[in-house]
Amino acid sequence: MTAASVVARRRALDAVAPWARRNGWTLGLVGFLGLLLVYTKLIQPSYDSSGIQGLAIGVLPLALAAVAQAVVVMSGGIDLSIGSMMAFTSVVCATMMKGQSQEFAVVVVLGVLVLGIVLGAVNGALVVLTKVPDIVVTLAMSFVWAGCALLVRAAPGGAAAEWLRNLVLGSFISEWIPKSAIVLIVIVAVIWIPVSRSRMGLSIYAIGSNRLAAFRSGIPVGRTKLFAYALTGLYAALAGLSLTASTGIGTPVPGPYTLMSVAAVVLGGVSLAGGRGGLFGPIVAVVVLQVIRTDMTFLSIDSNYAYVAQGLILVGVLMVGSFALMRRSRA
Amino acid sequence: MTVTADLLLEATGVSKTYGAVVALKSASLAVRPGEVHALVGANGAGKSTFVKILTGVVHPDAGRIVVRGRERTAHSPAEARRGGLISVYQEPSLIPDLDIRANLRLTETPREPFRHWLGELGLRDLDLSTLARRLPLASLRIIDLARALAIEPDVLMLDEMTAALPANLTERVLDVLGRVRGGDRSVIFISHRLIEIAAVCDRATVLREGETVGVVDVTAGTEERIVELMLGQSVEALSARTAAVAGPESRARAATPRISARSLSSGTRLNDASFDLYPGEVLGVVALEGQGQDELFDILAGSERPRGGELLVDGKPANFRHPADAIRVGLVYVAADRAEALLMQRSIRENIALPFSSRLRHWGLIDLGREREKVDGAVATLQIDARAGGEVRRLSGGNQQKVTIARWVAGGVRTMLCFDPTRGIDIRTKTQIYRLLRDMADAGAAILLYTSELKEVQLVCDRAIVIFGGRVVGEVSAAEGDEPTLLRAAYNLRSESAVPEGVAAMLASTSSGADASTPAGPGPSEVPQ
Repeated sequence: MTAASVVARRRALDAVAPWARRNGWTLGLVGFLGLLLVYTKLIQPSYDSSGIQGLAIGVLPLALAAVAQAVVVMSGGIDLSIGSMMAFTSVVCATMMKGQSQEFAVVVVLGVLVLGIVLGAVNGALVVLTKVPDIVVTLAMSFVWAGCALLVRAAPGGAAAEWLRNLVLGSFISEWIPKSAIVLIVIVAVIWIPVSRSRMGLSIYAIGSNRLAAFRSGIPVGRTKLFAYALTGLYAALAGLSLTASTGIGTPVPGPYTLMSVAAVVLGGVSLAGGRGGLFGPIVAVVVLQVIRTDMTFLSIDSNYAYVAQGLILVGVLMVGSFALMRRSRA
Repeated sequence: MTVTADLLLEATGVSKTYGAVVALKSASLAVRPGEVHALVGANGAGKSTFVKILTGVVHPDAGRIVVRGRERTAHSPAEARRGGLISVYQEPSLIPDLDIRANLRLTETPREPFRHWLGELGLRDLDLSTLARRLPLASLRIIDLARALAIEPDVLMLDEMTAALPANLTERVLDVLGRVRGGDRSVIFISHRLIEIAAVCDRATVLREGETVGVVDVTAGTEERIVELMLGQSVEALSARTAAVAGPESRARAATPRISARSLSSGTRLNDASFDLYPGEVLGVVALEGQGQDELFDILAGSERPRGGELLVDGKPANFRHPADAIRVGLVYVAADRAEALLMQRSIRENIALPFSSRLRHWGLIDLGREREKVDGAVATLQIDARAGGEVRRLSGGNQQKVTIARWVAGGVRTMLCFDPTRGIDIRTKTQIYRLLRDMADAGAAILLYTSELKEVQLVCDRAIVIFGGRVVGEVSAAEGDEPTLLRAAYNLRSESAVPEGVAAMLASTSSGADASTPAGPGPSEVPQ
């Protein structure tokens, strides 16, 4: 090896190393996911493209819930009403679409998205105006939104427009590329990339990272927080729509989406203290959690153990994370 | 040094370093039984670190502390307490949501002696079932002191507890301390007010740059000796390089002042601040800790609203509701504590871009090209070492401070409010910051610079105002502003008279209200009768 090539390689490494260090957690998570998929194939040789499609459809609502949670956590808050908002928006969507035309369904979808923004904005406004801690306000509001969902529809039912169902079911170009994965990427990219590039995105990170510094720099802290909650509401509504789209009905009782979204956010490397992390990590984390559940089914382990395992993984991750943080602050 | 057996408390060779910063080199303190002993030192002399070590909050790197002849290693304030040392701080240590009785039970304070001392201190009729949070700050301090006295500690340490206390209560406190003296118990008295030290203390230990530089018996005229000890020999060496840096005085005095403060007041600390800041000058602010300068800067930066007074910016009245309002008219703030100013986990780019991108009116995309240009320009101007630019917390303290300045330079500075911007950073960066401030002033910016390092006044400022007890008490030009002059001014001493008038006044009149040199905050005087 010549000296020049060594220098060149060193330079390339210098360019990549900081990026890798900053995204080390997510990279590790992606690696872990790869291993998990290989393991899945080993224990269940028949796992193929249809398995991947099922995985993607199962992941979609939870991934959007995790993205919703990640946005608000990055701003230094937390939203425990995501599951209820999903149920509310989902039943509204399914109820209004039943027996209506395909064209009307477009209006319904847009209306539900606006509803999501309003729900999130109400959460945010309450947090900002009352100065009651986020966790209390959103926990209380989770009962309100859950109640609203039951008022709209007391039992599962309703319908989803055909085009909405086709949007997430099946595959695109190759049978290895599920449509729901494409939908997820498009939804996240179309909303988050402009936001993160605007002053609002920077402000969201700023108030999560250091409220005082943000305030002193002239950032409107309250307005930014309200915006973050509204954005969370929008993503929760998208998650609710994806539930209706993938099941074809609306279910008024929320699944364990709220706590799973917190778990995914933590596992995805977003600091619960705010100001750090992105949206890619939580999405990968959701996939990891889903694959673990699938594997447990293949190994015919009681599905209740899956919850135990997820909880243990979460505790382990938090421990590793705080150890790393302690060592770094001591250095 | 006296023989150890005679001493109630003796600390020798105490040192402490934080990373590269030496907070304490070799501090010593010897307290005799029955005396009131003052501990003095200018800002940054290591006084607060020494106090923390004595009270067990911080563990020293080296040195011994002997109490009544027995070596003591306290790892917590509770252990120091059991060892017979109790402290009373400026911030009362009462639990706000408990009533006074429950607070007493918490520290196992005997009721009767507490009542006695409370009476002595002028709060005889206090209702013990009052919640601590409902009492004014001044009363809480008195209760805190009475509680400490009731426990009858070997050594009672009072850390700036008379600061911002109304004059009548201060007198009571000093009076009681005078009576406690004698016996075999001692008091360590820490205060910025030399007048009070002259009134009650027997001896004084002086700290400078982390070392004990002298112990003096307090008699009439000791203040001068104490000030000399605090200053040391460093004065002459510095005055030589002053002229080169400090620019011409009072340029463009005829122009409208960028900032005119008229009798600004806030809380109990800031009572009457009036001054003008002109374009093209660096105006120093000299003050001991806690004289109201924090509140003044908060008002100017828009973080807090004044209780009274008027603020004019470019000749027009200004009423800031939010820092954004201050930034809009060009008043930008640089904090001493980088943790207050930076997004530690974010990149240099984001930290610099934070405020000026927020000034853009539209919500659209940040123009990354233009932003990068500005950020790169600012990084170059300030010579920031951006290699570890991914996360600001990986930068050195000096580079972090440069980032906080760079964010305003990138947007174009008109008026910069610097609150001790060189605290805790290396000398090379300090010099760069001095140069930068000078350059900005020469380019027409107005700069207000509070500094805890008095020598900076001659290095960068055109003139300096002195704040004492929440009032602007004087102005010093850079030419006259050597360290002795500034320190005397900061302690509100006339440099001519050996004995400040205040001492005589305070000793003579024990019943009258405030005298000229004692700040009487109008706020906390509503002590319950």
